[in-house]
Amino acid sequence: MNLKQIAIRTPYYVVTGGLAIIFLTPLVWSAVASVSPHPSTNQRDGYGFGNFETLASGGGIGATLPQFVMNSLTVSAMTVVFTLFLAVFAGYAFARFQFPGKNALFLMVLAILMIPPATLLVPMYALMNLVGLSNSLVGVSVFITLFQLPFAIFMMRIAFEAIPVELEESALVDGCTFFGALRRVMLPAAVPGLVTVGLFSFLAAWNDLLAPLMILRDPATYVLPQAVTILRQGVMGTVDFGITQAGVMILALPCVFLFLTLQRYYVKGFMSGALKG
Amino acid sequence: MTAPSHPAVPPPSAAPGASARGGTLTPQAPRRRRWRQTRSAKGVLFAAPLAAFIVLFFIVPLITVMTMSASDWPLIRGYSGSNFPDNFSAPPATPGAPAYGVLNDPSLWPAVVFTVKYTVIVTVVMLALALGLALLVQEVTRWNSLLRTAFLIPSAVGLATASLLFYGFYTPAFGPVNPLLVSLGLPRIEFLGSQDGILWSTVVLIIWRFTGFFMLIIMVGLQGISHDVYEAARVDGANAAQMFRRITLPLLRPSLVLCLVICVTGSLLAFDHFYIISKGAEGTSTIVMLIFAEAFTRFDLGTAAALSVLVLVALVFINVFQLRVLRARD
Repeated sequence: MNLKQIAIRTPYYVVTGGLAIIFLTPLVWSAVASVSPHPSTNQRDGYGFGNFETLASGGGIGATLPQFVMNSLTVSAMTVVFTLFLAVFAGYAFARFQFPGKNALFLMVLAILMIPPATLLVPMYALMNLVGLSNSLVGVSVFITLFQLPFAIFMMRIAFEAIPVELEESALVDGCTFFGALRRVMLPAAVPGLVTVGLFSFLAAWNDLLAPLMILRDPATYVLPQAVTILRQGVMGTVDFGITQAGVMILALPCVFLFLTLQRYYVKGFMSGALKG
Repeated sequence: MTAPSHPAVPPPSAAPGASARGGTLTPQAPRRRRWRQTRSAKGVLFAAPLAAFIVLFFIVPLITVMTMSASDWPLIRGYSGSNFPDNFSAPPATPGAPAYGVLNDPSLWPAVVFTVKYTVIVTVVMLALALGLALLVQEVTRWNSLLRTAFLIPSAVGLATASLLFYGFYTPAFGPVNPLLVSLGLPRIEFLGSQDGILWSTVVLIIWRFTGFFMLIIMVGLQGISHDVYEAARVDGANAAQMFRRITLPLLRPSLVLCLVICVTGSLLAFDHFYIISKGAEGTSTIVMLIFAEAFTRFDLGTAAALSVLVLVALVFINVFQLRVLRARD
C-alpha cells in the first residue's frame, strides 16, 4: 500500500519540488552573485563583500548608502503611519456609523483603484513645487499612502465589522467615549487587520520606484530602489552588475524576512479581500 | 481617558424594572434624536481625516492634471497660459515642422501596440500558470505549505528589485544562463537584444514576481467551493476533466475575474521593469514610460498631463467594459 502510494506521489513531489526550486533560484543566484568574484566589479578575487563596500560609498552619485537607507526607512515609516491613521478612523466610521456622504466617500476610495499612479504624479510634482515641497519625502509617502487606501480601508472596515457590536456597546455603556471604545476595545480586537495593513503599506513604500523617480530629483533624497537603479549605470557609464546585486540583496532581505515572519497575515489579507471582494 | 465610572448604572435609590423605564419614556424621545445626531456627527468626525486627505491629494491633483492637459506648462516655468487642445494635437507651427501634441507623437502608437501586446501575453500566461499552481497546492499538507511559501516569496520582493535582479541574470557577461548553455554545448541566448527578446524576458520576470499573488487569490476561490458539489458529480460518474470544466471553472469565475482585472490594469501601466531592463530600447517603451519621458526628458508637463488624461480615460473605459461584459454573462 505504501509502495503504491509512493509510486503515485513521486512524480508529484518531483514536479512541485522542481517548481519551488525554479521560483527560489533567482534570489539564491543573486545572493551568491553579490559576493562572488567577477572582473568587472569591485569583488575581483575570492568571495567577499567588495560590492557592498562600493554600494556603501554611494558609487559617486552624491550621497551614500546610509543616507539612501534612511530615506527609504523614513518614507516607509511615514507611509505605514499615514495609512494606519487614515484607515483606522475611516474603517471605524464605515463599519459602525451612518453619516451623510458615507457612500460617496467609500466610492471615492474605490475610485482610487481606477486611477493610474502616473496620471496623478504629474500634477503632484507640479503642486509640490508650487508649495515649496520639491524633493519631499513626505510628498512621496503621501502619494504612496493614497494608493494604499482602498485595500487598507477595506481591510479595517471588515476587521471592525467582524467584532461583535455588544463588545463595543458595553464599553460605551461603561462610560467610554467612541474614541475610547475604538482604542480600548476595537483596536486590540483588530490587531491582525492592523498588521496586514501595516505590512502591505511597508512593502509598497519600501519598493516603490516611479513616485521617487518623479518627485525626488536631488541625490540626497534618493530612496534605495531609486539609488540602486541609478547606480547601476556606474560613474563612467559602464554597468556595474556587482553593485546591482548587492543592492538587490539589501532591498530584498528585509522584505523576505518580513514576509516569512508575517506570512500568516499576508495570506489572511488576501483571504478576507478575495472572499468579500 | 475613560469618562467617570458607570454613569449609565442607575443610582441605587432608583426603582428597578418596568416602572423606571416607563417613567423615562417620554423625555427619552428627544434625547434619542439628539443621540442619533451625535452618533452621525461622530461618524463624520472619524471619517474627516480621510475626506480631507482625499480632497487634498486625490481630487485637487485630478483637477490639476485636467487643467495642465489644457495648458502650456513647461517643467521649469510652470503654468504659461492655456492652449487647449494643443497638448493633444496641434497643426505644425511652420509648414514642414513636426506637428505638436501627444496624438501626433510618432512614438505613441508603437508604445500603445507594444503595451497591449505585453498585456495580452502576461495575462494569458499568468492566469493559466496561477490556476495550475493553485490546483497543485490546494490540499492542506505540510509539503504544500512549503511550496506555497516558495511561490509567494517573490511577491514580497519589490518589482524594481526583481527587475534589477533579472537585469543581471539576463546579461551575458554576468548572468548564469549563458555559461551554463556553453558548458552544455548549446548556443548562447541574447536575452535583451531584440524587442521580442526583451518582451519575453520581461514576461518571465513578471510571472516570477506575481504568479504567487494570483495563485493566492485563486486558492481562496477554490476553498469556497463545497466538497459536496464534487462528491455529487463523482456519484454521477463525472471524470476529473469534466469536474474541472463544469464545476471548478464556473464556480471560480469571480476569483478569475478579479485576477483578470488586476492583471490587465497592472500590465497596461507597466513601468518599473521596462525602465530598468531596457529603458525603452528596441521599441519597448510602454505608455507610462512615454509620460515619464514627456515630463522629464522633454520637460513638458502639459503634454505629460495630456497623455496621463488619455491613459486615465482609456483605463476607466477598459475596466468598466471588462466588468460589464463579465457581469452580464452571470
